[in-house]
Amino acid sequence: MSIKTRSDSRAAKPGNSVLNGRAAAFFLSPATIFIIIFLLVPAVWTLYLGITDYKLTGFSAANPQIIWFDNFQKALHDPQFLSSLKVTLIFTLGSAIFGQAVVGFILAWVLSNVSKRVRSTVELIVICAWIVPSSVVSFLWVAFLNGDQGTLNMLTGLNIQWLIKYPLVSIIIFNIWRGTAFSMLLFSAAIASIPKSHIEVARVAGASKLQQLRHIILPSARSFILTNLLLISLWTFNDFGPYLLTGGGPGGKTELLSIFVYNSALRYLDFGYGSAIAALMLMMNLAISLIVIRAGKKNR
Amino acid sequence: MARKNKILEKSLSERVTTTIFIALVVSFFMLPLLWLILAPFDGAPSYRLKIPHFGLQNFEEMKLNPYAYRSLMNSAFFSAGTGLMVILVGAPASYVLSRVKFKGRDSFLYLLLLFSSIVTGSAAMVPLFLLALRLNILDTYHGVILVLTGGLIPAAIFILKDFTDSIPKSYEESAQIFGASSFRILKDIVTPVIRPGLAVIFVWSFVQAWGNFLVPFILIRDINKQPGAVMMYSFYNEGGQAVIRLVAAFSFLYTIPVVLMYFYVNRKYGFRFYGGIKG
Repeated sequence: MSIKTRSDSRAAKPGNSVLNGRAAAFFLSPATIFIIIFLLVPAVWTLYLGITDYKLTGFSAANPQIIWFDNFQKALHDPQFLSSLKVTLIFTLGSAIFGQAVVGFILAWVLSNVSKRVRSTVELIVICAWIVPSSVVSFLWVAFLNGDQGTLNMLTGLNIQWLIKYPLVSIIIFNIWRGTAFSMLLFSAAIASIPKSHIEVARVAGASKLQQLRHIILPSARSFILTNLLLISLWTFNDFGPYLLTGGGPGGKTELLSIFVYNSALRYLDFGYGSAIAALMLMMNLAISLIVIRAGKKNR
Repeated sequence: MARKNKILEKSLSERVTTTIFIALVVSFFMLPLLWLILAPFDGAPSYRLKIPHFGLQNFEEMKLNPYAYRSLMNSAFFSAGTGLMVILVGAPASYVLSRVKFKGRDSFLYLLLLFSSIVTGSAAMVPLFLLALRLNILDTYHGVILVLTGGLIPAAIFILKDFTDSIPKSYEESAQIFGASSFRILKDIVTPVIRPGLAVIFVWSFVQAWGNFLVPFILIRDINKQPGAVMMYSFYNEGGQAVIRLVAAFSFLYTIPVVLMYFYVNRKYGFRFYGGIKG
């Protein structure tokens, strides 16, 4: 390590940094290298592979060609891809936007009005669903939804193979269960940051609960809501977790884009086509971010 | 329910609605989780939730499986390695970003965080696999640790920088006035002061790596090197009644460390940020 000490300027001016320029660059370099190799390179590489016909087996394995937009053209006419895209959009809208965000908000709101003991108990349970590792929660739900021996059928008296009969609904409910804690915690923080006096004034003035919600809580929580929507829609859109529940089946009914990429590239070893889909995912991630950020700027 | 004044003020119907809502929420979130608490200690576990006949046979059964225990050790190794790497790489960077001002620093950090949320494991899995293939780190411990570290670094820097910002510069400045060298200031003043921040980041990265399924799933083929996340999946994915004991004991032992770590950090530092790479 070569951190230069300033021996000749011992009484360094307060406010000067402990590090000089060279040391600062030295401190930043490992992080920069990691970000370049494991984030920047993969992003560019995905875009590049997407315009090639690279496969791990066969002729194009040794000699991949640039085929420009053929992969994307193929995707547009590939019913499997189109269905995967549709499934992913329904999954994201249903489980992130209408599920986690709405349930999380209602929970945070209701819990801000109950005793501390009730509140921390409920929070504890919701958080547990969120921090248990994904392969364990997947098994818990496989067991819960099992047709012959599942707990859900036992409680309801039904006899339904939930993951086979209603696969998409099942993974949407599962993902609401799994991820609501994040939205709940974020919205709790948002509601806690609103001065009690504001709500009190509104209450004394005769505002109903819903009016308080509309005119005080929602406007104050705006930036929290946007941050939350941005993060959970990105996470859900890219989620690989349902693979552990259904493997993408039955018949591709829960084949999210992430699972589609995995199957085409790493199972059937068509790296070019898989990467083209991954490149589309990258661009859609970018689009989601831009839409949410713009919505934040517009109404500030 | 606690009889607080707040609750007494409310109308009866409101109280009833709130109670019903909370009861529904609790059952929805609790029901699937109960299995994880009861079945491991049930002498005869099944998929269905039931009152256990207490017994530790499941853990005995787990001992017979040569891969189960090993995979937990692998998980510990992956997670501790990732935690250490994230600190070694992230802490110096976040210190500089906190103390050295340059134009557009905050938007730079925000963009970095956004970028890392856009380049997800799912979207980048093909090049990550090929990268590991080319660098000859497929099927190695350090391969998984490096890839996981790369994904966690931006968020780690963001959190640590925030933490360092909250520490007054005056400690470093007074030491400077007394003529301490930069190295000594970093070693004897900065490091002890930001230690709680480092502990939080270590635990956060540890928990993220412990639960991560996708990265070891695509980078590790050797069953002897597989972590708990992938092992758990192969235990139940191969199905059948025979492994239910194994799954029950294993899921419990595999889950406990991260739950304890999360609540420990949460209680000690009031730390509530958990998100980050998923899958």
